[in-house]
Amino acid sequence: MNNEDFHLAKRKYVLGGAAVLIVVVYIIRLFVLQMTSDDYKIRADSNALMHHVLFPARGAITDRNGKLLVYNQPAYDITVVMQEQIGVDTLDLCESLGIDTAWYNRRMAEIKDRRRNPGYSRYTQQLFMSQLSVEEFSNFQEKLFRFPGFYIQKRSIRQYAYPYAAHILGDIGEVNPSDIKEDDYYRMGDYIGKQGVECSYEKQLRGIKGSEILLRDVHGRIKGRYQNGLFDQQPTPGKNITLSIDVELQKLGERLMQGKLGSIVAIEPSTGEILCMVTSPTYDPRTMVGRQRGKKHQELSHDPMKPLLNRAIMGTYPPGSTFKTSQALTFLQEGIITPETAYPCSHGFRFGSLKVGCHGHGSPLSLIPAIGTSCNGYFCWGLYNMFNNRKNYHTVQEAMTTWKDYMVSMGFGYRLGVDLPGEKRGMIPNADFYDKAYKGSWNGLTVISISIGQGEVTLTPLQIANLCATIANRGWFITPHIVKEIQDDQIDSIYTQRRHTMVSPANYEVICSGMQRAVEGGTCRSAYTTQYVTCGKTGTAQNRGHDHSVFMGFAPRENPQIAIAVYVENGGWGATYGVPIGALMMEQFINGQLSPASEAKAEVFANRTINYGDYVR
Amino acid sequence: MATTSDKQKSIFRSIDWLTIILYVLLLSMGWLSICGACYEYGDPRDFLSLASTGTRTGMQLVWIASSILLGFIVMMTDDRIFDTFSYIIYAALMLLLLATPFLAHDIKGSMSWIKIGPFSLQPAEFAKFATALALAKFMSSYGFKLEGSWKNMAVSIALILLPMALIVMQKETGSALVYLSLSLMLYREGLPGFVLFLGIAAVSYVVVGLRFSEDPLLGGLISLGDVLVTILVLIFSLILYYEYCRPAAIRESLSAERNFGSFQSLQRLRYFYLGIFIVGSVALHLSASTLVDHLAEHQKNRVYVLLGLRDDPNGIGYNVNQAKIAIGSGGLEGKGFLNGTQTKLKYVPEQETDFIYCTVGEEQGFIGASAVLVFFLLLLLRIIHISERQPTAFGRVYGYCVFSIILFHLVINIGMVLGLMPVIGIPLPFFSYGGSSLWGFTLLLFILLRIDAGRVRLLH
Repeated sequence: MNNEDFHLAKRKYVLGGAAVLIVVVYIIRLFVLQMTSDDYKIRADSNALMHHVLFPARGAITDRNGKLLVYNQPAYDITVVMQEQIGVDTLDLCESLGIDTAWYNRRMAEIKDRRRNPGYSRYTQQLFMSQLSVEEFSNFQEKLFRFPGFYIQKRSIRQYAYPYAAHILGDIGEVNPSDIKEDDYYRMGDYIGKQGVECSYEKQLRGIKGSEILLRDVHGRIKGRYQNGLFDQQPTPGKNITLSIDVELQKLGERLMQGKLGSIVAIEPSTGEILCMVTSPTYDPRTMVGRQRGKKHQELSHDPMKPLLNRAIMGTYPPGSTFKTSQALTFLQEGIITPETAYPCSHGFRFGSLKVGCHGHGSPLSLIPAIGTSCNGYFCWGLYNMFNNRKNYHTVQEAMTTWKDYMVSMGFGYRLGVDLPGEKRGMIPNADFYDKAYKGSWNGLTVISISIGQGEVTLTPLQIANLCATIANRGWFITPHIVKEIQDDQIDSIYTQRRHTMVSPANYEVICSGMQRAVEGGTCRSAYTTQYVTCGKTGTAQNRGHDHSVFMGFAPRENPQIAIAVYVENGGWGATYGVPIGALMMEQFINGQLSPASEAKAEVFANRTINYGDYVR
Repeated sequence: MATTSDKQKSIFRSIDWLTIILYVLLLSMGWLSICGACYEYGDPRDFLSLASTGTRTGMQLVWIASSILLGFIVMMTDDRIFDTFSYIIYAALMLLLLATPFLAHDIKGSMSWIKIGPFSLQPAEFAKFATALALAKFMSSYGFKLEGSWKNMAVSIALILLPMALIVMQKETGSALVYLSLSLMLYREGLPGFVLFLGIAAVSYVVVGLRFSEDPLLGGLISLGDVLVTILVLIFSLILYYEYCRPAAIRESLSAERNFGSFQSLQRLRYFYLGIFIVGSVALHLSASTLVDHLAEHQKNRVYVLLGLRDDPNGIGYNVNQAKIAIGSGGLEGKGFLNGTQTKLKYVPEQETDFIYCTVGEEQGFIGASAVLVFFLLLLLRIIHISERQPTAFGRVYGYCVFSIILFHLVINIGMVLGLMPVIGIPLPFFSYGGSSLWGFTLLLFILLRIDAGRVRLLH
């Protein structure tokens, strides 16, 4: 081997070194690609993995007797993946779906708008059109192959077995951006309870969404499940809910209230369960399903009669004479009166120039006949004597505060806490209120009308019904509620706890006697029946227009099964509408049906309408 | 009789088992990668299903088995036939290459495949070992010297250019470029280093210059390519200065070449050459970019695609991008055998052939992908070792041909998948799907092992 060969032999190090150098560079490159960031991993996942939501079945709703009220029916949503739909014949698509191109363009813009649709991605399915009926769906499905990027997703829509209880049941609608912001469970296009039980029990009814992760190849075809479904989650169906309402009672109530404005609320006193909650006017919940919901909702919201308003919990009315029971209870408990105390009434309460009118009846009267005949004078004297009593109360303010505390303990002035959205609190004035209104210069006479449920006092029909239930229970109530049972779950503990008022049971017994007297020989005579002992109290609430007809009552007197409040706006005397409607309702619930005579009477009342003219409230 | 068994015994003793082990290791990893690349979701995952014929994984097993048989046959021959028949083999393969375009079916624009029964063969894959043999034969002739003999140089280069030209005619530019790698062997055999250096410099100018010619800097006055090429010229000039113009270097060559010329004159000469290099570099870069600038857009694209700077004129860089995602998503340990999503769901094109390394990166992760590189490196270093221990120039030249070809395939194929090299469609040895390339590389490697095994006889 000569010198030159030896010189060349050294070149093996150059060549070997070059190989080593290249491999080292490549390993560094591998390290950079594989070890320094998750970016490529995320991009591989977004390439290949398609998250598919599995919607749970929403819980069904039944009435207290197990009658199915709300259930699910299949409907079909159309979703779109923006990335894949490029090149689709828009005209053809619109024609197949029965939409116009303006709607199409608007919807596409909406989907892409990240403010309205925070979860937007070009690569995932976005809701394009919701709730196609089975017929619409089958038409479209035949042509689906022409529209790459458009998919069909099966989901269920709500169906209603009865045309009743629309306000109680409520409805579901697409979530809005604030729903999504509040709870990240929701994605655009999801449904959420908007009203009624659907809203207040949304979390129980909705169940838990499931998901499956599918593998998508380069052409967007589904090739299988990621990791054989290891990370897939089956949806958990929503819980079924049993309402406390009796759909037959609800049905009768809605029938009786046709053509009138107002509300009926019935409560089972021993449990606080709401047996019916009628508001009138109402609407057929079956019209609020599917894609016509928006249109129908719009129409109803512009109706001057406000059919969307649940008057039972949102309407605040002067309770009128039904409120006198609460006054008698307060006066008895405070020792202002005894059952034997009698006050004079000569067609009303007169004090100086102040006059509160009353109808003709014997005078003076003791408490029980005063309730029976609904004497205004008696209760004005009671309040006057309480607010002017400087032995018990140093000031009128102190008397007022005591009075207010009684009222609040009976469930007035604040929301009762019913399990429905939108409940109003009504109005119970306090000393501050009058101090401000009258600049500190006021006394019992100034506020005398609150003793007969007029003036500043307003209650919701639910609060009136609850007052009645409290009397039926002789001093306590359970927060009224509409849901009786939740599948595999407990109802909220506030719906099982008794709330006691500040008045003793013995005093309640006196009121019961007064209310029995009203039925047997007073203002509520038409509610009399030989089958059970009924207690009742009418109300004729003055307002700017014609008087409101009010009734509250319970039956039977011992072990009461039902306590009811009927409020018919501008119905005139309590006895005109309130009493007969209340009586029919109690009969229906206690007997399970109406006698033929009562049925005939019900038909008469169902057909009787009140002319509200240009109703503006 | 006794001689046969003695001969076989001595062969078994003198086989380079380390190379065999690396070969089997790479083949096995290659097959597992093919399984990953060809697996369809929902297919059964047991060996029998994977190995069933009719599937690509099954077919690859057939190719692997036949390759091992082929290797065995090569080991059983007399090593002297390679020496004796090298020109004949070369001539035969060149004729076959010449005939191929006329016999071939057009497969994706390539005219390189001949159909024999149910199989297709690519003669270009076999031309490699034939060319290596011919070169080895020619360069081992008595008194052969590459340096200083223009005739020897010309013939050697002609032996290389002939198959290149024939393969270019088959529209397989990538396969043709492989033959350029034989310049590494020529370097080992005496090609002056600066020739190789100039070649590498010229290719880097053109590739880098054009690759970044459309990234404007300084308001479009110059491009990023111009800046990078300037930096390259600087680096290359510094290297040349260190090697040739440094006083110590000049003194060294004065003594080494027994050249008694004056120090000053040699230094002046070398500075002159360095100046020519710099001027030539700039001229090359400017002419290349001016030429491309004056081309129409579609022609420009053609140039870029030809250079592998744009792999697909429509979706720029789609393939390489998906390949990088596949590898990058593998992480340290990979997604596991048959669990790669990027490759399995066909996001990576050509994943069982040219882009097979993606599957390794995605399913076996950094560990597996690095291991493959390390095994290849061990094989390459082993081939250098084997080549250097050959008692004859024939063995050594052939060995370096094997080294050069495998190195080129490795650098280009994996570099392309990693996004470091232009997209040039050549297979990864022992990994990529296909019988022709597997047989071609097996023949290439086992002929070396056979020659190496025979060296014992020559040494004694």
